[in-house]
Amino acid sequence: MVTWNITSPFDEATIDKLHAGDLVAISGTIYTARDAAHKRLIDSLNNEIPLPFDLQGQTIYYMGPSPSRPGQIIGSCGPTTSGRMDAFTPALLRAGLRAIIGKGKRSLEVIESIKNNHAVYLVTYGGAGALLAKSVRRAEIVAYSELGAESIMRLEVESFPAVVANDAHGGNLFEEQIAKYRRI
Amino acid sequence: MREITSDEISKAVALLAQTSNFELGGDILELLKKARSSEVSPVVCDVLDKLLDNARIAKSESMPLCQDCGTAVVFLDIGQDVHVTGGDICSAIAGGVRQGYQEGYLRKSMVEHPFSSRINTTDNTPPVIHTEIVPGDKIKISFMPKGGGAENMSRLVMLKPGAGSQSIINAVTSAVDEAGGNPCPPLIIGLGIGATSEKSMQNAKRALLRPAGQPSFDPEVAALEAQVLESVNRLGIGPLGMGGSITAMAVHAEVRPCHFASLPLAINLQCHSARHTEVIL
Repeated sequence: MVTWNITSPFDEATIDKLHAGDLVAISGTIYTARDAAHKRLIDSLNNEIPLPFDLQGQTIYYMGPSPSRPGQIIGSCGPTTSGRMDAFTPALLRAGLRAIIGKGKRSLEVIESIKNNHAVYLVTYGGAGALLAKSVRRAEIVAYSELGAESIMRLEVESFPAVVANDAHGGNLFEEQIAKYRRI
Repeated sequence: MREITSDEISKAVALLAQTSNFELGGDILELLKKARSSEVSPVVCDVLDKLLDNARIAKSESMPLCQDCGTAVVFLDIGQDVHVTGGDICSAIAGGVRQGYQEGYLRKSMVEHPFSSRINTTDNTPPVIHTEIVPGDKIKISFMPKGGGAENMSRLVMLKPGAGSQSIINAVTSAVDEAGGNPCPPLIIGLGIGATSEKSMQNAKRALLRPAGQPSFDPEVAALEAQVLESVNRLGIGPLGMGGSITAMAVHAEVRPCHFASLPLAINLQCHSARHTEVIL
């Protein structure tokens, strides 16, 4: 298994070397956004209102954590189902988003958009929120705090583990791996 | 008539909410270990190792196994010779949910006005309560935090009555196939077969309370459970949809008589973080 140590925000060369099935350990800055935050981001794009963070080269993680205990950086923080964000994703990719972290498969439109915008879709470990919290070094709310767990947070992560699901070259982890084990 | 105070019920629920979110049952851990030993893909073995690590961390640090601490689903089996004093039982359960989710630093995911404003109720209430009146003078409370990702993949199919067991196997296999990695496999699959539309859905969820992997006491139902499991595991979806031979770890079916014109099939998928705890008061 190849494991790439990569840093967000991403440059072209980093996106280029990633292929479906590769493991990655992400360090740097990533932003969280789920359903409600996506709706607001898209409303802002449509109305030409500046977004709460610079999307260029950035990573969005589909995640809403459990509350942190006193002294804790973050609570459990695993991915939510990506498919619910499909309708919003192409517009964000066109606006400069380069990487997405979530779980589960994407629509054909999103997969095409990932390829066309030279981006990458990563999946991390659904239901392993306590483990994933160990890779978060800092967490702060940067927008839509009234949404609670659905607000946008900036996370500083170190060696955050994920797997490349859809790469910029059209590779698709789910299709390739499931086909190997399918017996119907 | 035996009396139980509403306070006792609240306290029990507050504790159940926390333990169920911090600790996986030994039955699930065993099935995850078994899946780990039968998978071959290095990526998927790594997934299963991480899930087992996660369970260890969550338990030792009292952290939620998953950030989605679920809808608080509560099954109440109330003995008909019990009298609840000091307040109504549903408020007592809601109070326990409020307290447990606050004290345990559990995520509150419930929103009001589901098709419009969707404002968070901030305390994870209201719980969803299913009540059965049973013989005896005790109350059994089963607490199941049900995550949204797996619940979204639920399905009700009203099959043709003459279609038989193959139609059940096909319908479940197709539901699991379409769900792919979304419900966080390896799954426990709850099936409610028979009764009416609404009761079969409830039975499908109740089936998830059975110790994971324990077959039905009815040999014919147990055989169907085994056939469904075999069929689903031919899909190749694997842990978290990353490809593999274990898409589901167990199938639990609850079967009831039904109208001769009907064959209701309810499917409730449970993610690998199959959380539930029980107490008898």
